[in-house]
Amino acid sequence: MRKVTAIFVLAIFGFYMLSVFLTIPFGEKRDNVGQHYLANTVKETGAVNTVTSIVVSYRGFDTLGEVTVLFLAATGLGAILFDKKGKKRRLQHASLIVRVGAHLLYPLIVLLGAYVFVHGHLTPGGGFQGGAIIATGVLLMFMSYRSFETSHKALIYIESLAGIVFVLAGFSGLIWGQSFLQNVLPLGEPGRLLSAGIIPIIYIAVGFKVGAELTGLLDNLLKTIK
Amino acid sequence: MIMIYILAVIIIVAAIFSVKQKDLLLAVIGTSAISVILSIFYYLLQAPDVALTEAAIGVALSTIIFVIAIKKTERYEE
Repeated sequence: MRKVTAIFVLAIFGFYMLSVFLTIPFGEKRDNVGQHYLANTVKETGAVNTVTSIVVSYRGFDTLGEVTVLFLAATGLGAILFDKKGKKRRLQHASLIVRVGAHLLYPLIVLLGAYVFVHGHLTPGGGFQGGAIIATGVLLMFMSYRSFETSHKALIYIESLAGIVFVLAGFSGLIWGQSFLQNVLPLGEPGRLLSAGIIPIIYIAVGFKVGAELTGLLDNLLKTIK
Repeated sequence: MIMIYILAVIIIVAAIFSVKQKDLLLAVIGTSAISVILSIFYYLLQAPDVALTEAAIGVALSTIIFVIAIKKTERYEE
């Protein structure tokens, strides 16, 4: 009986899959979409960086999904490794040269990360890259100074606030425009810092979110070392 | 052009090194060397966005996660 049911369900799936695939014409040249992006990005989104305009504007919903996946991964890791006693990292003290070098480099690395995600619509990079760069800077401090601590509460608030900003930016398109994540703000002059509507807002939110998530993840992992 | 071939040879040597190495800490350093050269390749292939991601994630973050995993398990492969 179960086999019959399974075959029946599979047959229904197969029928619908086949009827969908049969509507796709075979062997036709279909690279129009890439050409469309290259030709119309600046006019339609106001972002000079075509990759950013695809990631945040044309495929913005996918980016929201990716951010959610990263959030779930960080939450899962935190749930597994969470310890109420407030553990300390028990790494050895780094040498003087490493500590002084880390102290000098840390603000510069964080500044570079902030630059990368603030200028996401103008130069290569964006929220994910900038957030990851900031997390590497914090990692450098974690490994050099045993006493360097990040506030877990602050990280959680930054993360949640950034996520809410992303979703609210999406809903603003739904309220004042036609679709979720539609670019409702004025596009401005291409190439300026204040241009491209909601793209910089979303990328700054993503940068804060990824930076806070990866920092919390590294903090949790480093505290497990005995 | 010759520089690209040198980089390609280095990346293959680093890949073989990190597969064959019994000391897992050295193998992890091999994979991070692969990431460094890979990000240079991405930059040369006009994908600076991907190069930035590879440099930050591949070199720093995934390496430290592997190092933590080795620290918590065993350093030498049997």
